[in-house]
Amino acid sequence: MRFTIAWLKEHLETTAAVEEIAEVLTDIGLEVEEIVNPADRLQDFTLGRVLKAEKHPDADRLRVCDVETDRGVRQIICGAPNAREGITVVVAHSGTYVPGIDTTIQVGKIRGVESHGMMCSEREMELSDEHDGIIELPSGKVGERFVDWLAVNDPPKVDPVIEIAITPNRQDALGVEGIARDLAARGLGTRIERPIAPVPGTFESPIGVSIDKDTIDGNPYFVGRMIRGVRNGPSPAWLQQRLLAIGLRPISALVDITNFFTYDRNRPLHVFDADKVKGHLRVHRAEGGEQILALDQKTYAFEKGMMIIADERGPESIAGVMGGAETGVTGETANVFVESAYWDPVTIAHTGRRLKISSDARYRFERGVDPEFTLPGLEAATSMILEICGGEASRVVEDGAVPDTNRAYRLDPARCSSLVGMDIPAKDQRATLEALGFVIDGDMATPPSWRPDVRGEADLVEEVARMASLTNLEPRPMPRAAPGVPEPILTPLQRREQASRRMAAALGYCECVTYSFIDDASATLFGGGDEARRVANPISSEMTQMRPSLFPGLLQAAARNQARGFADLALFEVGAIFHGGEPEEFEILIAGIRVGATGPKDPHGEVREVDVFDARADAEAILAAVGAPARIQIGRGTNNWWHPVRSARITLGPKITLAAFGELHPKVLSRMEVKGPAVGFAIHLSAVPEPRAKGSTRTALQISDLQAVERDFAFVLDADVEAVNVVNAAAGADKSLIEEVRVFDEFAGGSLGDGKKSLAITVRLQPRERTLTDGQIDAVGKAIVEKVSKATGGVLRT
Amino acid sequence: MDELRTKYLGEIAGAADEVALERLRVAALGKKGEVSLRMRELGGMTPAERQVAGPALNALKDEINGAIAAKKAALEDASLDARLKEEWLDVTLPARQRARGSVHPVSQVTEEVTAVLADMGFAVAEGPQIESDWYNFDALNIPHHHPARTEMDTFYMAQAEGDNRSPHVLRTHTSPVQIRAMQERGSPLRVICPGRVYRADYDQTHTPMFHQVEGLAIDRDISMANLKWVLEEFFSAFFGTTVRTRFRASHFPFTEPSAEVDIQCSWEGGTVKVGEGEGWLEVLGSGMVHPKVLEAGGIDSSKWQGFAFGIGIDRLAMLKYGIPDLRAFFDSDLRWLRHYGFAPLDVPTLHGGLQ
Repeated sequence: MRFTIAWLKEHLETTAAVEEIAEVLTDIGLEVEEIVNPADRLQDFTLGRVLKAEKHPDADRLRVCDVETDRGVRQIICGAPNAREGITVVVAHSGTYVPGIDTTIQVGKIRGVESHGMMCSEREMELSDEHDGIIELPSGKVGERFVDWLAVNDPPKVDPVIEIAITPNRQDALGVEGIARDLAARGLGTRIERPIAPVPGTFESPIGVSIDKDTIDGNPYFVGRMIRGVRNGPSPAWLQQRLLAIGLRPISALVDITNFFTYDRNRPLHVFDADKVKGHLRVHRAEGGEQILALDQKTYAFEKGMMIIADERGPESIAGVMGGAETGVTGETANVFVESAYWDPVTIAHTGRRLKISSDARYRFERGVDPEFTLPGLEAATSMILEICGGEASRVVEDGAVPDTNRAYRLDPARCSSLVGMDIPAKDQRATLEALGFVIDGDMATPPSWRPDVRGEADLVEEVARMASLTNLEPRPMPRAAPGVPEPILTPLQRREQASRRMAAALGYCECVTYSFIDDASATLFGGGDEARRVANPISSEMTQMRPSLFPGLLQAAARNQARGFADLALFEVGAIFHGGEPEEFEILIAGIRVGATGPKDPHGEVREVDVFDARADAEAILAAVGAPARIQIGRGTNNWWHPVRSARITLGPKITLAAFGELHPKVLSRMEVKGPAVGFAIHLSAVPEPRAKGSTRTALQISDLQAVERDFAFVLDADVEAVNVVNAAAGADKSLIEEVRVFDEFAGGSLGDGKKSLAITVRLQPRERTLTDGQIDAVGKAIVEKVSKATGGVLRT
Repeated sequence: MDELRTKYLGEIAGAADEVALERLRVAALGKKGEVSLRMRELGGMTPAERQVAGPALNALKDEINGAIAAKKAALEDASLDARLKEEWLDVTLPARQRARGSVHPVSQVTEEVTAVLADMGFAVAEGPQIESDWYNFDALNIPHHHPARTEMDTFYMAQAEGDNRSPHVLRTHTSPVQIRAMQERGSPLRVICPGRVYRADYDQTHTPMFHQVEGLAIDRDISMANLKWVLEEFFSAFFGTTVRTRFRASHFPFTEPSAEVDIQCSWEGGTVKVGEGEGWLEVLGSGMVHPKVLEAGGIDSSKWQGFAFGIGIDRLAMLKYGIPDLRAFFDSDLRWLRHYGFAPLDVPTLHGGLQ
């Protein structure tokens, strides 16, 4: 909402400066977004008088002038045809910035003659497009500031424009009058009441109005009248200036008048060319499919239930949103029908949204204008039309009635201190509300008709508090919920997220935060891309699907970084993935990828390509960090974005999958434009079971003083025998004695022959009661070899 | 004896290596060594002679042993020195690489915010990012045709044919979590709700996804003055300097009265410095929870009241750590992640500090 200070002063008597007005507006909830003060950049221009003007010796069109100024008599070269002796002019001294030519004036020579300044035209000061000559002022003293002269003699030229943001509840501040009311209630001045006198009609309006029964809820009240014999020329200068100042283009007197009341009183009106209206006007609901060419020269099709103002021919206006082109006023309009109606905000909002029309009328009606002002608005417009365009007004025609907005809420002065924490005397609270138009009767407050937003006691408190100024609010300590040391507040899952994040970072991964919505192709690669997870109104085709996995975002990040020249990466993310489109269908995961080599080449020769076992190590470290049990299993069978045989699941028993790790499928990598190798892991943080034991006590530590013994075994096996089977078989040979089995070597080929491999394990024996004898050790060794042979077909390598 | 002494001590001192030393030891002190032979002669002496010669021989033996040991140590040192000299290494070679990971500023700041507000008794509540229209709007006193709905630039989820419910939305704020928290935990209540939120907007200063933390405190006598105290305490702890706030009347459908909150800052040199100067920076929306919102959360608004506030986490991160561009938060540029990210063990705590 924009307005000028001069416009405001039509409704508010105040001596407050612009800055003060702006500060108060922001403080009371009408936040100032911009102040444009034309005077700001004209501060340095002063008045001068031309004492002498002679032709330049070397240029026919230039004159050498002696100008009396606040800095003495100055010689100024001027090219304007009207530069002559005796006129009062506006001078820019050297050092003054002239906005219209974007130049700071310097002393210089023009065709060999010195010039000490400039005499300006209106265009050079961006006051208008006038550039036929320099300004000649009819009055003014030498040395006077030009802005001061303008303030007295031509105030609109230095009228500051203020733009405020309007919160959805403050439709009343969409009119200058409403803004003035707020400022007056704060004590920044006195409201100037502008009573509206009804204009008696002298004849019956040939155009009547009716509202269909089923439409009365959408259009409770409609008034109008014809004014005949008008002249619709350009509107007077003052009106044009008002509109121009707030960025509206003057069109014609009739249109400008309706725009004026839209901004002055938050009362949108519509004018029909009465000669183009066939028969009477009828407000009804659309069947659906009716069409109208609107004032913006676009054709709109009504949907069922939208409201139409129609005549015999058909729709002539999109009710409350935009008029029709067919019956719009023109320069030839001689008879005009003026409409003032109250429309249901919800219907207008719906219609405006469906038809995608933004208009000043829609903006106001959907927020709710003052229903009581429907008829006064028409009367005020009538007066102005008669004054500017002449003509003769008919009697008012109407249908429906002003809807009853009467309601009252209890004003409990104590509520203000309880809710806000400010102690404001009861009588001040009442005075504030009365200044805002509330009617106080005993302890009941009735809101004014222009405040449909006030819907309860808390709203009364809000009005009182904002007028008293929240800047005066003193902070008051909030006691602890319970005395003493606060309880821990994180849930187990939240702790896991934090632990997993910091563990991943400690393992060398950088944390990313990528968008939750991704492109359709990437989503499809990772098991998503369905209708349930589709965003209906994405802002880009890259953001259409709720991610089914964290990998697409990470791989895209990797591809971007590779394009920037970073080949070796470790990236991770902690966040939600979506299993479906319902609120509960999400899950928190941590996923990471390693791409390329373990690091840049180094002189120690330790760099190699990342592999599955890096990913597994990272997954296991993070699982340990989030408290997963140590006894995990490795299972085959992963989703199809993994390498089919170089990936695995980490499980707990047959049912719980804690994580997956492995190489990403080469096809996926190439689709995502990532240069491999790339390995990754994804951990289901909520799948990790809660520790069974309550309390912090650990189980007692059992250690033996007896020396442990380690023995190595190497087996020749078929190449596809999995190490885990060897380890499990060996461990089963003597469960009480064997503490640990570790794989320490694997190789294939060479003397072993095709299809064979050698796997070497270390078995650690921990005696509990007495030191092991050689016999005992040999016996366990034999048992191990037997078990492994039986389980895997392997033979001890000799 | 003196002859023996001079001879052996001299030869020990001149021994070239351990083999020579051993040979000398055998020659002097071995079974048939010169000193040993002299010791054997003690048996044939008179007691008086023995009393003189015995201790002298023993002393000589000790002296030779000592000299051998000392020489041996000296030889070992010399050979070690020689070996160490051989082991010269270019220590300016780069170290073995340890990958350096980092924590994203959004995570770090979320933990910082949590640390401060947890101390004031706020728990952390989380909830779905795809939300029903009821939780995202209706429950927050934003009925169907409220202008706020369109102003929020809401993302809607596609709808299956025959599904007559209002389409689900990507939550436009974390306020739905407040409603869920009220329903699940009742009153009194103190929670913060951090998380991702979505609005259909993309330009220099807006991304279609960003992060918000909302706070909610409900009790019998909580007021806006308490809110101001909580926020000033929070900002001061978070920024590590006393930060004043300014409350301005505003409007949000879910609070009544409502206030926008500015924090004190200076703008000198083109950078924002929080907690100094005379300027104000709008950072937060807040107010007293609207009675209808309390009712939607199943809380009796005639007995309970409270405040709510919401602030951008990304915004806080930008202000505190001088990060210029919001869009870069979600671009995962490795250089950015390393520069603005945090070390893995840099866990924010109140006792250790948040800076």
